[in-house]
This record gives sequence, structure tokens and C-alpha cells, in this order.
Amino acid sequence: MSLLEMVAFAAAALRGHRLRAALSVAGVAIGIASVVTLTALGEGARSYVVGEFAALGSNLVIVLPGKVETSGHAPFGGAERELTLDDYRAVAQRVPLVRRAAPLVVGSETVRWGERGRAVPVLGTTAEFAEVRRLRLAAGRFLSPGDPDQGGNEIVLGVKLARELFGHANPLGEAVRVGAWRFRVVGVLAPRGRSLGFDFDDLAFVPARTAMRMFNRASLFRILLDCHRHEDLERVKREVTTLLADRHRAEAVTVITQDAMITAFSSILRALTLALAGIASVSLVVAGVGIMNVMLVSVSERRAEVGLLKAVGASNGQVLTAFLVEAALLSTLGGLVGLGIGVALVRGLVEVFPEFPAVPPPWAMAAALVLAVVVGIAFGVWPARRATAMDPVAALARR
Amino acid sequence: MIELDDVWRTYPVGEVEVHAVRAVSARIAGGEHAALVGPSGSGKSTLLHILGCLDRPTRGRYLFKGREVGQLAEAERTRLRRHDIGFVFQFFHLLPRLTALGNVELPMLFAGVGREERRERAAQALRRVGLERRAHHRPDQLSGGERQRVAIARAVVMSPSLLLADEPTGNLDRSSGGEVMALLEEMNREGLTLLVVTHDPAIAARARRVLRMDDGRLVEEAKGGSPSPPAAGVTGAGDP
Ligand SMILES: Nc1ncnc2c1ncn2[C@@H]1O[C@H](COP(=O)(O)OP(=O)(O)OP(=O)(O)O)[C@@H](O)[C@H]1O
Ligand SMILES: [Mg+2]
Repeated sequence: MSLLEMVAFAAAALRGHRLRAALSVAGVAIGIASVVTLTALGEGARSYVVGEFAALGSNLVIVLPGKVETSGHAPFGGAERELTLDDYRAVAQRVPLVRRAAPLVVGSETVRWGERGRAVPVLGTTAEFAEVRRLRLAAGRFLSPGDPDQGGNEIVLGVKLARELFGHANPLGEAVRVGAWRFRVVGVLAPRGRSLGFDFDDLAFVPARTAMRMFNRASLFRILLDCHRHEDLERVKREVTTLLADRHRAEAVTVITQDAMITAFSSILRALTLALAGIASVSLVVAGVGIMNVMLVSVSERRAEVGLLKAVGASNGQVLTAFLVEAALLSTLGGLVGLGIGVALVRGLVEVFPEFPAVPPPWAMAAALVLAVVVGIAFGVWPARRATAMDPVAALARR
Repeated sequence: MIELDDVWRTYPVGEVEVHAVRAVSARIAGGEHAALVGPSGSGKSTLLHILGCLDRPTRGRYLFKGREVGQLAEAERTRLRRHDIGFVFQFFHLLPRLTALGNVELPMLFAGVGREERRERAAQALRRVGLERRAHHRPDQLSGGERQRVAIARAVVMSPSLLLADEPTGNLDRSSGGEVMALLEEMNREGLTLLVVTHDPAIAARARRVLRMDDGRLVEEAKGGSPSPPAAGVTGAGDP
């Protein structure tokens, strides 16, 4: 008896109790649909986040003074004389693959206008920073370009800081004080949110040289590099490392790319997706119990049939297979229907939120289908065994 | 073909043991037509199931074609049921979801006979029982007599050498019962060994040999063909 004949035999048996079969198929379908939908959502979230990161500048290379861990935050006090404006100039000019570079000095100070004041991070940098970080302005302009050593008294305010100090007044051209220093407001940033560990809405930018004097710093906090092409990142990283190693002799710097961060994010979100899929799989177990129930009812309803099959010469193995195939058919059918529903749900979602790149990943669909078949067989074994173990004489006895 | 030597079948029921078959010894030669009679509960079906390899004797020897069946592995017994033994039951036991043809194909399906040959042989078996016009009817579209004839076609489609029938006419009226018996006897004349359990003295009388059971024992053997009033007396009492 071929497997195909066995499938035909089992399918005919299922047609004998359509409603019950349909219900257990529905159970599996719901389980598979939720696995497919949730993994699609998870994967969508992952590629969305990764995509956003890339848009923010995945061509970004960050130079940190000293040997620090890639988690960022260099000690503010220590490792002071390691990264200078001269280093910055060297990197910006002598590494050809670098499109733009910006230095970064970090301090914290109270910015005042008239009676009002607000303590914020004050970042010293150059005009290039706006391009390296793709900053946009709500009003005015960013710091003016020129020799980084020149300093100057221009200041650019984050949108929140501007609102807190000026309310509805126009800050452009106004004079503010930062500690004991006086600045003239030349621009206000567009809302941006957090980036690189700072709230870009609640800080102020001043020229790098000025910031170094103001905070009495000899070293830069970071140098940010923007490469022409993503593929160049590793080379830039190497060249910058050698260049700075030459300049610093013994003192090392750390060069990181944003790639590492994206990879970390990506794997965290993938883990989240798998967790979601795992939770959804629980519903498959429930569906499996449903199949088991249907098969148990089926076996006890068809006692006479089991007895007859044995009387006409079906082996125990054939009886077992017949019932197993029935269970597997139920779950496979459920799996296919569930895949269909899941894909349709995800399509519908993308219709409504086109910017959300939710696509059920092929690996998840394949895994879901395999899982469905396995669930059917696993939960079909016990009922099928009961059929096999049945005494044909008792099974054939008058009902 | 069949040799029974001190065969017992014992069921434990609670504390006590019920002896459904006790110390039965008998021989049935190939090509014979025998009837098995006796009151209800005397062990006829139990004995038939043992002969059909659906059950094993608790004690004693059962030789089928010279092989001791009680000692055979399950796979071997399955092969005997598949190729050498046909069963006909009082309640037909047709699968309701299959057509007459499908039901007759069933033994060949499990025996691995190819699709074409299966169709061919099943159709031929249905013709043999006069039901070629009903091949595509499902059991609920057939009369009792027709159902039993489908069951007979199914029982003989593998060309067994032994046919065991447990009250094949028990659910039929006299005329369709007569047709069914005529069919079985015709097959017997062509060489099929036939053992029929029955409560009907008229049917028992048609057998060349009558085996009578009472309380698990084989109490009497009578040659058929003779008018047999004692058979009528015993079976009449046991008829439900
Ligand atoms: N599984 C079982 N457990 C216990 N006792 C059983 C079992 N099967 C049969 N018996 C007993 O064995 C005896 C013989 O039963 P069997 O079915 O062979 O009788 P029978 O001659 O076929 O009767 P009938 O003419 O009513 O069909 C009965 O007393 C019955 O109660
Ligand atoms: Mg009986």
C-alpha cells in the first residue's frame, strides 16, 4: 500500500466527520497564522530599526581617546591629552576616504537669557558636524565654517532649550550667557531626539575652540568621521588608527563604526522575534491537543472499522499509519490555511502602514509548516496506538 | 486443513474464569461445508475468531494447513488473514464512506495490489455476487441482502481457502438469507472451505456436517442432509 493510497484512504475517513476535522484544522491554522504574523512583525521591526539607523549615517566612524570599551562614554576627567584639534585636522585632511569630519568637545553649563537659565550639555564642534550628523535647523543656520582654531561666540540652541529660554520670542540674534561667556544665537535646531547619547533637543552647540577654553579642556571628546561609502568603513578605520598611532606614538585611540551598533541592535531584535514566535508556538501545542482529541474520538467511534481492517488483513503498522496520516493531514491542512491567513494579515497590515516593512520571513514560513506537520504526527501517535492496540474481536463485537 | 486439539479459550472475569471454549478437538478438511450451531453464549463466535486468527487459544493446539497458528508471530497471522481466510459477519461491517467497489477493494489495498488490478478484481467479485449494477452505491443505499453480498465479495476477493461466516443471515429475511447461502454454497462447490455459524436449523441442515456446541464444548457432530429435529430444538431456545 503506497503512501499516496494511504493519504487517499485517510482523507476519505476525514470526510466522514467534516465539522470536527474543520474545527481542529482551524485550531492549527490559528496557531500557524499567529506564528507567521508575529515573526513578520518582529522581522519588520528589526529591518525598520536597522534601516533608520542606516539612514542616520551608517557611514559614521567614531574616534575615541584612549582604549575604551565600545559601549561609548569615555571618562570625562581622565585620558585628557590624547585627542587634539591637530589630530582632528590631520584626520580630516589626510585620510582621503573621509568625506567630512567633525570634532566634539563636551561640557555642561547653564545657558542664560535675561532672568531665565537652563543647565544643558554644551557641545563644542565645527560647521561640519551638521552634515556629519545630518542635522536640520528650524531657524537660522549652524555654526559658520572656518578654521577650527578660530573659536568665536556663535551658539546654536536645541529646540527645547530655545523654547524654555525664549518662549515665543525669536531667539535669533539674541545674546545669551553660558557661564561667564557671552554668545550670539545664530540658529535653532529642528526637533531631532536622542543621538549618540545626547538629547539633541536640549543642548547647545558652540565652536570647538571656544568650548575647549570654556571648559578648560585640552582633549576632544570624540572625532566623528563621515565616509563616502559604506564599504570603505573598515579601511578608514584602519587608516585612522595608523595615522593616529603614528601621531600619538605610544598612546592608543579607539576607532569604532556604527556597524557594530547596528549589528547589536539587529541581533537583539531578532532574539525578540524568536521569543514572539516561541510564544505563538504555544498556541500550536493547544492545537495539537485539539487534534489528539479529534483523533481519540475518531478511533473510539471507528472501533468496528479498526477490527474489520485487521480482519481483512491490515497489519498493525498499516492501521497505525492510517491514523497517523489522518492526524498529519489535519495539521498540514491547518498549517497551509494558517500560512495563507498569516500572509494575508501581514499584507493587510502593510496596506495600512506602508512604511512598516513587515514581510513574513521564508524561514519562519517553512518552520511553521514543518512544525504543524510535526505537531499533527506527535499528537496523533497516542490515538493511533490505541487503534493498533485494539483487540479486533472486541472491536468487531456488536455495538 | 484445520486441526483443533484440546483448544481452550478462557476469559478472566473478576475473580472467576469464564471458559468460552473448552477442550474442543475437531478436524475440518479442505473443501468441506460445515455448520456450527448451539445456544447463545455457547462459544461459537469465540471459536470462529480463533480459527480466523483474530484470537489466540488460551490452551491447546490449532493447526491451520499444518502450521501451529498459536505460535506464529503477529505479522505471519496478518498474512494468513490477508491471503488465506475470509470473514463474513452478521452486521456486514462495510465502511459506510466507501462505495461497494471501494469496500471490496479494501483487502487488496492493504495487500498492496496495484490500482488497476484492484479495480478489475473488485468489479469481477461484485459480478460474481450479482451486484455489478450496485458497484458505485454506498452501503446506506443498499438493502441488507445486498450489503451481505458485498461483504461476501470482499471476503473472497483475495481468493482465500477458508471462509468463516458468523450468522451471515442473522440480519436478513428468509429470501435474501437464502440467496446469500446459495452464493456461499456455490463458492464451496468450487473448492472454498466453508464454516457457517447459524441459529437457523434450515441453514444448518444444508451443510454436509453440523458441529454443535454447548457451554464451550463441542457436544455432538451430525451429518447434514438428514432431517434434524434435535438441531431445531436447541437453536430455537437460543434464538434472541
Ligand atoms: N471478552 C470477553 N470477556 C469475558 N467473557 C467473554 C468475552 N467474550 C465472550 N465471552 C463469553 O464467552 C462465551 C461465549 O461467547 P460467544 O460470543 O462465543 O458466544 P456465541 O456462541 O457466539 O453466542 P451468540 O450465539 O449469542 O453469538 C459467552 O458466555 C460470553 O459471555
Ligand atoms: Mg456469536
